[in-house]
Amino acid sequence: MSARTDILDAPAGPRPLRPGRIVAWTLLLIGGVVMVTPLLFMFSTSLKTAGQVYDLRLIPANPTLANYVEVLSDGRFLRWFVNSTIVAVAVTLSNLFFDSLVGYTLAKFRFRGRMIVFIAILSTLMIPTEMLVIPWYLMASQLGWLDTYWGIMFPGMMTAFGTFLMKQFFEGVPDDFLEAARIDGLNEFQIWWKVAMPLVTPALSALAIFTFLGNWTAFFWPLISVTSRELYTLPVGLSSFAVEQSIQWEMIMTGAALATIPTLLVFIALQRYIVRGVMLAGLKG
Amino acid sequence: MATIELENIVKRFGSATVVHGLDLAIADGEFVALVGPSGCGKSTTLRMIAGLEDVSAGTLRIGGVVVNHHEPKRRNVAMVFQNYAIYPHLTVRENIAFGLYTSGLPKEKKAARVDEAARILGLEDLLERRPAALSGGQRQRVAIGRAMVRNPSAFLFDEPLSNLDAQLRNQMRIEIKRLHQRIGATTVYVTHDQVEAMTMADRIVVMRDGRILQIGSPSDLYDAPADVFTARFIGTPAMNLLPARHAGEAIAVDGATGTIPAPPFTRGSERLLVGVRPQDMRVASDEDAQGALTLTGTVTAVEPLGPETHVHLDTAGGPVIALAEGRGAPAVGAPATAFARLETLHFFDAQTERALSGRAGADGARRT
Repeated sequence: MSARTDILDAPAGPRPLRPGRIVAWTLLLIGGVVMVTPLLFMFSTSLKTAGQVYDLRLIPANPTLANYVEVLSDGRFLRWFVNSTIVAVAVTLSNLFFDSLVGYTLAKFRFRGRMIVFIAILSTLMIPTEMLVIPWYLMASQLGWLDTYWGIMFPGMMTAFGTFLMKQFFEGVPDDFLEAARIDGLNEFQIWWKVAMPLVTPALSALAIFTFLGNWTAFFWPLISVTSRELYTLPVGLSSFAVEQSIQWEMIMTGAALATIPTLLVFIALQRYIVRGVMLAGLKG
Repeated sequence: MATIELENIVKRFGSATVVHGLDLAIADGEFVALVGPSGCGKSTTLRMIAGLEDVSAGTLRIGGVVVNHHEPKRRNVAMVFQNYAIYPHLTVRENIAFGLYTSGLPKEKKAARVDEAARILGLEDLLERRPAALSGGQRQRVAIGRAMVRNPSAFLFDEPLSNLDAQLRNQMRIEIKRLHQRIGATTVYVTHDQVEAMTMADRIVVMRDGRILQIGSPSDLYDAPADVFTARFIGTPAMNLLPARHAGEAIAVDGATGTIPAPPFTRGSERLLVGVRPQDMRVASDEDAQGALTLTGTVTAVEPLGPETHVHLDTAGGPVIALAEGRGAPAVGAPATAFARLETLHFFDAQTERALSGRAGADGARRT
């Protein structure tokens, strides 16, 4: 019997466990536990009373939704939720527009200095946020943007990562599509908007997710740029529970659990695009 | 519809010149094919006509108007691309209507034009489908539909059938030809496939290295190629070419039995290439070969095609392809004799590779 026939005749079933696979699975399992345990404790704590917080059982003895009722009936939480939504949505839309416009230009137009512009944009990826916060603060201060939505949003309205991601995707769009539209009489903006953008929907979805998540969870810059309580975003607002009311863990965890819901929904809906985006960009968002 | 005139058209990319002073006049309603090997400048020429590439020098007229600096839209030409360039996110109807996006026509008129194009191209039942659900031939028809709805002055085709399989290519070739006969639009068709050019075009422009080698009707190019390149490029299988030299009043062809009479126009050339198309070269017995170019050799391969068979011979003058009737071909390895009538021979100067015959196409790349 030939080797090929042997393979075809082999009984179907699970592949044999080799030592390498056992090690890989063990590492993946440890990683999974490390990532998921805090989430489980967050949901668990949100269902406990203040007295039960330090009882580390994962399933509470007497689970209660009282914390959720209290948080949701507190006007401040809803205000912070709305603030976070406004900031995350506005910055996401801005990134989708400007990053893709610049990425398209760099990918599809040949002009003097194109590579220099691209490298200059990319080089900003190498500067840590902490270094940029002081210049941002000075700019916002001089322009009167401190303690405003605009002040929270302006540093993230366009990003080097998003530009790079979109450029990579636009490079994969065949020139024939654009030239066909050019012959049909569309101007360059119309070609970008009507032809090129619909062809890079996966990249736009990935960028939207990255940007939304990044801004929804942003803490450092919103904490510095905003002083009015009514302009707090959710992460900043939740941190105030710890300062003002002697660390109400059950309330913090309830707020965090509620804050997680939109990101989880966005992620579940669009997760396959994140994988494609990361694979293409070769970068972590 | 419109005429297209290229006058001393030059295209440079940086310091490299890829099109060297083309002169070509295309009549209203004419179907002209630009053929040549990859890199000969045919697609660049088409793109200059479309307005997708700037013209470096020379004058380009469409409908008598100089359009060198006109945007593609102002030239009112439509182009069909090799990759179809139909938009995957739009339905067939939306793709065809996209050609009218900037037309300013009322919705009803746009819909009527789309329906008319779909009817002509047999796409009526596919209008609500997306391109992913179409075959290659259907996609190409959608691309043609998008070009048609605009009622353009001229159609430009850039190797539109290259991505199709052989059977579909033959079918689409006939469809495009029928469409041209029906609409009568000026058409410039770029291809590297000489069969496409021969079967579809009113005139063929043979290009190499950014220059026109010959312009003529398919039969002109087949019967009277201006040079060795055109002779070998046009016709399948390619023309046989054998080195030859003058021997007194006759010509001695390498690998041939005896000599052939030297036509007067060959006397200026010391070394010659004698060309004969495989269709004019028959495998036969010695008795049939009286008074003709006669080649003997060993059969190296046999390609039966049904009604006839291509017989590959290894002769002293080089490899030669001849035809044998039906199934009467000699076996591989056997000796064989092939002959051609003298009036079917083509003569080229071996040094310049230009044709020496007094036939119509032998005066080179004529401007028309």
